[in-house]
Amino acid sequence: MAHQPGVAVMEAGALEFRAAEVEDTDERRESRETVGTPFADDPRMTCRDVNVYYGDNHAIKNVSLDIGREQVLAMIGPSGCGKSTFLRALNRMNDTIDGCRMTGEIRLDGQDIYAKDMDVVPLRALVGMVFQKPNPFPKSIFDNIAYGVRIHGLAESKSEIEGIVEHSLKRAGLWEEVNDRLDQPGTGLSGGQQQRLCIARTIAVSPEVILMDEPCSALDPIATAKVEDLINELGQDYTIAIVTHSMQQAARVSQRTAYFHLGDLLEVGPTDQIFTNPIHPLTEDYITGRFG
Amino acid sequence: MATPPKSTIERVRATLARRNRAERRFKNLGRAAVLLGLVFLVLMFVNIISTGYPAFWQTYVKLPVYFDPQVVDPQGNRDRETLGSADYGALVKASVRSLFPEVEGRRDRRDVAKLASRGTVFQLRRMVLADPSLVGVRTEIWVPVDDDYDMLHKGNVDRTLPEADRRLSDRKIGWFDRLIAEGRIESRFNATFFQAGDSREPELAGIWGAAMGSFFMLVVTLSLSFPLGVATAVYLEEFAPRNRVTSLIEVNINNLAAVPSIVFGLLGLAVFINLFGLPRSAPLVGGLVLTLMTLPTIIIAGRAALTSVPPSIREAALGIGASKLQMIVHHVLPLAMPGMLTGTIIGMARALGETAPLLMIGMVAFVVDIPQSVTDAATALPVQIFLWLDSPERAFVERASAAIMVLLAFLIAMNALAIVLRRRFERRW
Amino acid sequence: MGSPSLILALLGLSSVSYYLGWRRSISLAQGAVRNLHSLPGYHGLYTALWAAVPALLLLCIGVTLKGPIVTSIVVSDLPAEVQSLPPERLNLVINDIRNLASGNIASRKSPAMVAAADRYVRLQGYAAIAVTVAVLVLGVFCGAIAWRTIQPGKRARNAVERTILGFLMASSTIAILTTVGIVLSVLFESLRFFQAVPVTDFIFGTEWSPQMAIRADQVGASGAFGAIPLFAGTLLISFIAMVVAVPVGLMSAIYLAEYARPRVRAVVKPLLEVLAGIPTVVYGFFAALTVAPFMRGMGESLGLDVASESAMAAGLVMGVMIIPFVSSLSDDVINAVPQAMRDGAYALGSTRSETIKKVVIPAALPGIVGGVLLAVSRAIGETMIVVMAAGLAANLTANPLKAVTTVTVQIVTLLTGDQEFDSPKTLAAFALGLVLFVVTLGLNVIALQVVRKYREQYE
Repeated sequence: MAHQPGVAVMEAGALEFRAAEVEDTDERRESRETVGTPFADDPRMTCRDVNVYYGDNHAIKNVSLDIGREQVLAMIGPSGCGKSTFLRALNRMNDTIDGCRMTGEIRLDGQDIYAKDMDVVPLRALVGMVFQKPNPFPKSIFDNIAYGVRIHGLAESKSEIEGIVEHSLKRAGLWEEVNDRLDQPGTGLSGGQQQRLCIARTIAVSPEVILMDEPCSALDPIATAKVEDLINELGQDYTIAIVTHSMQQAARVSQRTAYFHLGDLLEVGPTDQIFTNPIHPLTEDYITGRFG
Repeated sequence: MATPPKSTIERVRATLARRNRAERRFKNLGRAAVLLGLVFLVLMFVNIISTGYPAFWQTYVKLPVYFDPQVVDPQGNRDRETLGSADYGALVKASVRSLFPEVEGRRDRRDVAKLASRGTVFQLRRMVLADPSLVGVRTEIWVPVDDDYDMLHKGNVDRTLPEADRRLSDRKIGWFDRLIAEGRIESRFNATFFQAGDSREPELAGIWGAAMGSFFMLVVTLSLSFPLGVATAVYLEEFAPRNRVTSLIEVNINNLAAVPSIVFGLLGLAVFINLFGLPRSAPLVGGLVLTLMTLPTIIIAGRAALTSVPPSIREAALGIGASKLQMIVHHVLPLAMPGMLTGTIIGMARALGETAPLLMIGMVAFVVDIPQSVTDAATALPVQIFLWLDSPERAFVERASAAIMVLLAFLIAMNALAIVLRRRFERRW
Repeated sequence: MGSPSLILALLGLSSVSYYLGWRRSISLAQGAVRNLHSLPGYHGLYTALWAAVPALLLLCIGVTLKGPIVTSIVVSDLPAEVQSLPPERLNLVINDIRNLASGNIASRKSPAMVAAADRYVRLQGYAAIAVTVAVLVLGVFCGAIAWRTIQPGKRARNAVERTILGFLMASSTIAILTTVGIVLSVLFESLRFFQAVPVTDFIFGTEWSPQMAIRADQVGASGAFGAIPLFAGTLLISFIAMVVAVPVGLMSAIYLAEYARPRVRAVVKPLLEVLAGIPTVVYGFFAALTVAPFMRGMGESLGLDVASESAMAAGLVMGVMIIPFVSSLSDDVINAVPQAMRDGAYALGSTRSETIKKVVIPAALPGIVGGVLLAVSRAIGETMIVVMAAGLAANLTANPLKAVTTVTVQIVTLLTGDQEFDSPKTLAAFALGLVLFVVTLGLNVIALQVVRKYREQYE
C-alpha cells in the first residue's frame, strides 16, 4: 500500500482550506468528508470505506483511516460517535454482537482481516484489546496472564511461562506490586492494578497492535496517570489505537488523533495540530468545549 | 524476554488446526446435546400418539336383537320396575348365538356370548326404558365389541403367535373374522371415552369422571391459591418490614417450592384426613394439597410481577394522597396482574399434571360414578392414567395413552395461554 | 343447611350490609360526600366485613366442634361394656355407627348400635340447625351494630384497611404453617414408628421387607425395616439420572447461550422447555412401556441379564425429565457471567470453546453446582417415574441393570391400598418421608444459598 492516490488529493484539499483561511461557513460545517491526514506512509492497519451497522442503525459511515506503525493513535469524539464501535471492528470483536454487520475493508499488514478464510483467533492474538472496565478473569494473577500464553501454545515449558508472566508484569509496571501474591485472584486487585493486569495479559501474547477502549474511564487520577505512562512507554514498541473521552489524555499519550462525529470520521491529524489548529469547524467546537 | 512478534504468529498458526478441531468438536457436542433432548421429546410424543390414537375409535358389532316379551315383560303391563329388572343378558346371549347357530357345547356357547361388550346389557335396558314400545320388536343395533376383539380388529393381536400365547384362541378369531366377512363389524368414533367414568371393561371406560375430578380439584386449588398467593406476595413485597421473620418466610417459600410433591401428600394424609377428618379420595382434599404445593410458585411469580412495577407509579399515587392500600389496589396490582396470572396458570398446569401427592390421599380408588361435588369420591386425570397403566389389558394401555394426549392438550393450552398473556401485557419500563 | 349454602347465605347477608352501610353513610353525609371521613364504599365494606367475618369464624368453630361433640354424646349413651372397650376397639364401634348412620353396610349390627346410629343422625341434625341459627344471628347482630356506629367522622377506611392488612399478614404465614405442618406430621408419626423400630435398625439395617410387619408382634424383632437398600436404590437411580441430565443439560444450555443463532434459540428453547412441562406420570408411562422393554431387549441381544424394571430405565428417563431443569438453571448462570469476561478472552484470541471452557464455566461454576444440587434434590424426590418403572424389590446392589426400589416408591406402596393408620407399616412411610424431607431440604438450602451468593457476586 505504498501508493495512495487519494492521499495527495485529500491533503491538497486540506491545505487549500487552510491556506485560504476560509470563514466558518455552513457549507463547511455540513461537510462530512474527512479532512486532514487520514493516511500514513507505512501503515500497520489500513481501513477503507468501513461501514458498521447494528441492525438498522448505521453506526460507522464510510470511514477510511490508517494506523501507523509503532505510534499511538487517539480517537476522540462525543459519546455515541462510534469510536468504540470502530475500535471493535479492528479485531472483529463486533462479531460477538448479534445483528452487527460490517462492510468495507480493514487490512493488517496488507492482509484483509474480514476475508472469508481469516481466522479470528490468530487475528486477535495479533491485535489485542483492553477494555473500558477492567475485566480480569476470576483466576489468579498468574493464570490471568498465563491464560493467553497457554491457549496459543506460546511457551514450551513452565519456566518459559513464568518468564513471560514476569516480563509482562514488569512491562505493565505491576511486578513490584504483585510479585509476592501471584497466586491470589486477579479480582482482588484495585481498579488501576486490574487494568494494568489486563494490559499485561494482552502484551503477554506479544500482539502487534493493542486496542484500548477508554482504558482509564473507570480509574481514579493516580491510577490513570500510571496507565498513561504505560501507554506512552508501550507506544515505543507497539502500534496502539486508543479511544478516549478525555482530550487531555489524547494530548498526553498520542502522536495522531482522529475525531469522530455521529459515525463520521471528520478529521485526522498530528495530535499537536488537532488541538491547536483544527481544520473542521466541528472539531474546533468539540476541542474548545462548545459541545461534547 | 518475550518471544519476538514474528514468532508469535507462527506459533499461533501452528496450534490453529488442533484448536479449530477442538472448537468444532465442542460445538458438535453442544449440538448433539440439544438434539438428544429434542429426539427424546419427539420419541415420547410419537410413542404416545401412536399408542393412543386408536383409542379414539372403537370396534362395533351389529347385533340382531329381539326384545322378547317373554324375557322383558312377561306380564305384558309395561311396568317400569319389571322392565328395569329384566334379564337383558339373556337377550344379548340369544342375539349373539343367533349369529352362530352352529356353536355347540357349554363353554363355547358362553364364550361366543362374550363377543359383545358387557355394557350391551345396560344399553338394551336404557333403550327399553326410554321407549317401552320396543318390546316385541326385532331390530339390529350396533354395540361395542369386547376389548379383546377390539384389539384384534386394531391389529394389536399377533395371529402368528402360538395359540397359547394369545388372549384370543383360533376359534374366537374365526368367529370374529366371520362377522367381518358378514359386514357386521365397523370402527366408530369412541364417544364413550369422553363421556364415561372408569370401568372394569376397557370398552366402557372413559375419562369424563377423572376429568371432572381434576376439574373440581383445580377449582378448589385456584379459588384458594390465587387469593392467598396474591395476598402473600403483596404483603411480603409492599408491607412486610425487612426483618428476620420476613426473611425466614422468604427462605421458607423458596424451599417449599423445591420440596418433593410426595411430601405434600404425606402432609395431606396426616393433617387433612387424619386430623381434620376430611373424606378420603375427595377432590376437596386433593385441591387443598395442591394449593399448598402451588402457593410458592404463585407467590414467587407474584413478587416478581410486583417488583417490576416502577416506583415512580407508587410515588405518583402516594403523592396525590392515596393510602398505601389504595395505591396498591388501584395502581400496582392492575399493572402486576398479568404477571401474577401467568404465574398462576403455570402453577395450575403443574397442579393438573401432579400425581404423587394424590396417591397419598386415596385418590387412586376405583371410581365409576362421575363426581358431582368436591366431596364425592373421585380420581384425577393423571391418576387415571397411572391406574390404567397398571391394568393387564392392552386396551387400557391404549386408553391411558389417549388420556395422556388429552392431558397434554390441556397443559399445552394452559401454557400457551400463559405465553399469550405474557406477550400481550408485557411492559418494559 | 350445609356449609356451602350457609356460606352463600353469609355472602348475601354481607352484600345487603354493604348496601345498607353505603346508604346510611350517604344519608349522613347530607348531600356532600366531602363531609365524610371515608368514602361511602368504605362504610359499606366496613358493615359488610362485620356482618361476615365473625359469623364465618363461628361457622368454622361450629363445623370442627360439631362432630366430636355429637360423637361423645352418642358414646356416653352406649352400653357400659362398650364404653369400657380399649380405644382402638371403641373407634371401630364408632366407625360402624357412622357407617350405619350414613346408610352403608356396617360389619357388625346390633339393636343398640342401630339405636345409636339413629341417635347420631338426629343429633347431627340438631347440631347443624344450631350452628346455622347461631351463625346467622351473629352475622345479623354484628352487622347491625356496625351499621349503627356509622358516623360522618368514622374512620371506616382505616378500619377496612387494617382488616385487609390483617388478612395479608395471615396469608403470608401459611407458607410457614405448611412447613411446620410437614415437619410436625412427618416427625410425629416417625417418632411413633421409632418406638416400634429402633432408629439405628431403620437407618443402618440392610434388609427391607415391610410385608412381614403384618404380624404386629414380630415387628421389632424381625428387623425388616432396614432402609439402606432404599437409600442405595434412590442414590443409584438419581446418579444415573444425573449422568444423563448434567452433561446433556449443561451442553445444551451452553450451545443455546453461546452458539445458536437467535432464530434457532427462539425455536429450540421453548421446545426443550416442553420437556419440563410434561407431567411425570407421562415419563413414567414412557419408562415403563417403552424404555424398560427396549433396555431388556438390548440386554438380551448383548447377552446381559436386564431386569424388566431395571434401575437403568428409570434413571435414564428421570435424567431426560431433569435435562430442561439443569439446562434452564445453567442458562441463567451462564448468562449472568458478564460479557466483559468473555470479551477479555476473545480479545486475547481465544476460540469460543476455549472461552467457554476456561473462562465462562469456571466463572459460572458455583451457580452450576447450585443448580445441579437442586436437580439432585428433584431426582431424589421424584415419585411417579420410579413408581411405574422401578421395582418393589429392595435389592442392595450397584448394578444398574438390576431392579432396585427407592424411598418414594416405598412411601407410595406403604400408603396406597387399605391400611390401618397405626400399623408400623404405615408409620414407616412417614419415617421415610422424614428422611426424604430432611435430605431434600438440606440440599435445597445449600443450593439456594450457593446460587444467591453467586448472583450477588455479579450484581
